[in-house]
Amino acid sequence: MIGLRVNGNRFETESDPETPLLYVLRNEMQLNGAKFGCGLGQCGSCTVLVDNRPVFSCLTPIAMLAEREITTLEGLGSIDNPGPVQRAFIEEQAAQCGYCIPGMIMRAHALLSENSAPDEAIIREALEPSLCRCGTHMRILRAVHRASKGLQEQASAAGESNR
Amino acid sequence: MTTLGQMELSRRTLLKGGGGLVLYFAISPRRLPAQEAPGPTAEPQQLPGSLSDSPFLDSWIRIESDGSITVFTGKAELGQGIRTALTQIAAEQLRVEFSRIELVTADTARTPDEGYTAGSQSMQHSGTAILHAAAYLRRMMIGFAAEALGVSANDLKVEDGVVVSSAGDKRSYGQLVSGRSLHVTVPDQAGFFDPENYTVMGQSLPRVDIPAKLTGQQSYVHDLKLDGMVHARVVRPAKPSARLANLDTSEVEKMPGVLRVVRDGNYLGVIAEGEFQAIKAMQALQSAAQWEGGASLPADADIYEHLMRLPAVSTVVHGPETPTSPPGGARIVEATYTRPYQMHGSIGPSCAVGHFQNGQLTIWSHTQGVYPDRTAIAEMTNMDEQAVRVIHMEGAGCYGHNGADDAAADAALLARALPGRPVRVQWMRDHEHQWEPYGSAMVVKVQGSVLVTGEITSWNYEVWSNPHTTRPGPAGNLLPAQLISGAFQPEAPTNIPLPAGGADRNAVPGYSIANARVVEHFIAEMPLRTSALRSLGAYMNVFALESFMDELAFAASVDPVEFRLARLEDPRARDVVTTAADAFGWNDWARRPGHGRGFAYARYKNLAAYCAVALELDVDRATGRIRIGRAVAACDSGHAVNPDGIRNQIEGGLVQSASWTLFEQVRFDGDGIQSADWAGYPIMRFPSVPETVGVHVIDRPGEPFLGTGEASQGPAAAAIANAVADAIGVRIRDLPLQPERVRTAMQV
Ligand code: FES
Ligand code: FES
Repeated sequence: MIGLRVNGNRFETESDPETPLLYVLRNEMQLNGAKFGCGLGQCGSCTVLVDNRPVFSCLTPIAMLAEREITTLEGLGSIDNPGPVQRAFIEEQAAQCGYCIPGMIMRAHALLSENSAPDEAIIREALEPSLCRCGTHMRILRAVHRASKGLQEQASAAGESNR
Repeated sequence: MTTLGQMELSRRTLLKGGGGLVLYFAISPRRLPAQEAPGPTAEPQQLPGSLSDSPFLDSWIRIESDGSITVFTGKAELGQGIRTALTQIAAEQLRVEFSRIELVTADTARTPDEGYTAGSQSMQHSGTAILHAAAYLRRMMIGFAAEALGVSANDLKVEDGVVVSSAGDKRSYGQLVSGRSLHVTVPDQAGFFDPENYTVMGQSLPRVDIPAKLTGQQSYVHDLKLDGMVHARVVRPAKPSARLANLDTSEVEKMPGVLRVVRDGNYLGVIAEGEFQAIKAMQALQSAAQWEGGASLPADADIYEHLMRLPAVSTVVHGPETPTSPPGGARIVEATYTRPYQMHGSIGPSCAVGHFQNGQLTIWSHTQGVYPDRTAIAEMTNMDEQAVRVIHMEGAGCYGHNGADDAAADAALLARALPGRPVRVQWMRDHEHQWEPYGSAMVVKVQGSVLVTGEITSWNYEVWSNPHTTRPGPAGNLLPAQLISGAFQPEAPTNIPLPAGGADRNAVPGYSIANARVVEHFIAEMPLRTSALRSLGAYMNVFALESFMDELAFAASVDPVEFRLARLEDPRARDVVTTAADAFGWNDWARRPGHGRGFAYARYKNLAAYCAVALELDVDRATGRIRIGRAVAACDSGHAVNPDGIRNQIEGGLVQSASWTLFEQVRFDGDGIQSADWAGYPIMRFPSVPETVGVHVIDRPGEPFLGTGEASQGPAAAAIANAVADAIGVRIRDLPLQPERVRTAMQV
């Protein structure tokens, strides 16, 4: 039995400890956000956050994750109340098939929590591990810029009201 | 009741009523002046779009007495935004709130048979059918309301699905359909269209599917969870046509969670309770299986010569029987262009769920064609078609005939082996890379000549290609059907004839060039399995043709944009060319070393959307690396139902084509396909995508919809090649334009 903390909730699984997190998320917890793309760490579709750092859930056995803080796409917001990065992607219509986008959002979220004002080169570098086949890259970049702007506005508004 | 077929009104008649938003003639012929009642038509007119195959109104739209509206399409959402655009058309023509319409997509039990969602034809086929069906339905509703309220139709208008008279009397669509059948044929010229007053069509409405996808709702067949569902994986032969010589399954059968090892001839799969259990069992099976024989492939470097030695059917598809010789004094240019096999490379490997129960087989699949897939699966499993249902659910973007149908066939075979339990099968990355049908390797040879005056005096173009469509319909086109005992043989492939064309798609120049001659060499024998990859032969033909246009322009010392405009007559073609050139700033572009600009234009299939691309790039002299800077595209898709959807497609196509053009080539040798993952088949990653991409949509309200999804593939490739030639002063004619190739070219 392994105890996982996912999106703030505790979840116990009896799966084989070497099972990659991806399969537990998708099949046992019904969390569809992380996707299988390659199982090899080459495409980023399966990206989730572990202690706020992006990891490939297709390669990460659950044995390594006991008591670590796992965040999936679902932990960022819901369809009725999307999180700021999700909202920026929706506003930019940054998806074609959309299959790669959850991984992109997770990576963008991790980047923006460390650096709320990354420049274009930093964003491209941060998203480098994630592949998109539909060619949605330009919109994804715009969405990350938009999310970044939103965060800065929020921060300056908070700064004003704290004054 | 008068039959609706008799209520035909010509568009001309309707327009006589004036241009107002809600001016209608009564729908019943007895209310028409005699001379305006339609006479008998001499020939039955071909109905627009997919109505020609499914002419009944209730195949497309149903209204319940509670007022709920369902629209049906045989086309599938592939991430191209068709769900949103089709709903916009229905909402506009029915005059109901967009959000009130439920759209049901491809399902053999529910929707019309519209064949494949392919060839950028969803808007032309389904969009046009829904446009006319919905417009006709609105007219019917007004006619019914006129009778019910005893007023003239001219006195009625529709507000969100309610017909209202000037006196304020109302009848909702729900009330009006109650007790009436919508099982009537939609006549030709069914509607009254006033694009100037549209409020929904033409708007960039946000796509309806995006919020769910971006928040982790069940959106893809990959996400489907059914009660009692189990997981399967397949094991493919060591290489194409290899035979399963030896296999002891006893150890695998004992592994945790394993429910069934499925073996049938050279077909091999395993079903387990858990997904990771299925993967581990698959790995164990893979090591236990011994394969022998199999196709011996040539080396990838020799593929062009190999293909050109195979038997081919050669046809002059355009122009004079014999080549025109260049006149004396003309500059002669000769060029050979090559394109390797390239893959669809879907980000999500193919997946399907099958459920076999009480003799009924249900398949959930991201196939592009639920009906043809059903036919193929029924034949493969020796079942009655009526006992098989195929339901489309989205997958990751497919860009043509990828592994989807084969995975659906896997689900069928595996579900049949475990009746009563839904079986989900997903391919592993190497399955997708090694077993999807590729876009064909191709060769183009062109000889042309040009005078110093800029006049093109000869144009002899030949293209060699493998098939561009080997889709199912016949079971033998499904990979699993080729592996089971009593293997089905693939159907002899045929080429799609012009004007749309397959191997020769866009091989005929869209320019006025006297005596242009085009020969197609169609090679049916496939060293590697090939089928439809986004834009088919057009990617290569436009790359070659538009590269050659630049080569001729260069030989004549004429500006490439001017050179094109000089032989483009269609004003819409000229418009996209000048729009792209102006938006890019072609005429005041500043040159600097290592920097180049390129232009290309094509009208997809010579009959769908018009697209022109202008871009600039830098070539790093030391590494040979190409970095695309600014790219600008202009596009005319006819009436633009959702301009942002069009921009998304053009922009996505351009970036995808840039990836094909700069990076992609399927690697193989005598041991089989070596491109087994993203390391063995690199595609574009973020640091290499263009700096900016701008798309200018030229809207043509009221004009027919023109397919857009594949329009930018060819022009983007040629614009890149032209810009590289401009930057380094040497023409590279072999794709992809990898750094090594660029370095070699610069040394020459
Ligand atoms: S699925 Fe994990 S990196 Fe591709
Ligand atoms: S949107 Fe389809 S793979 Fe990125």
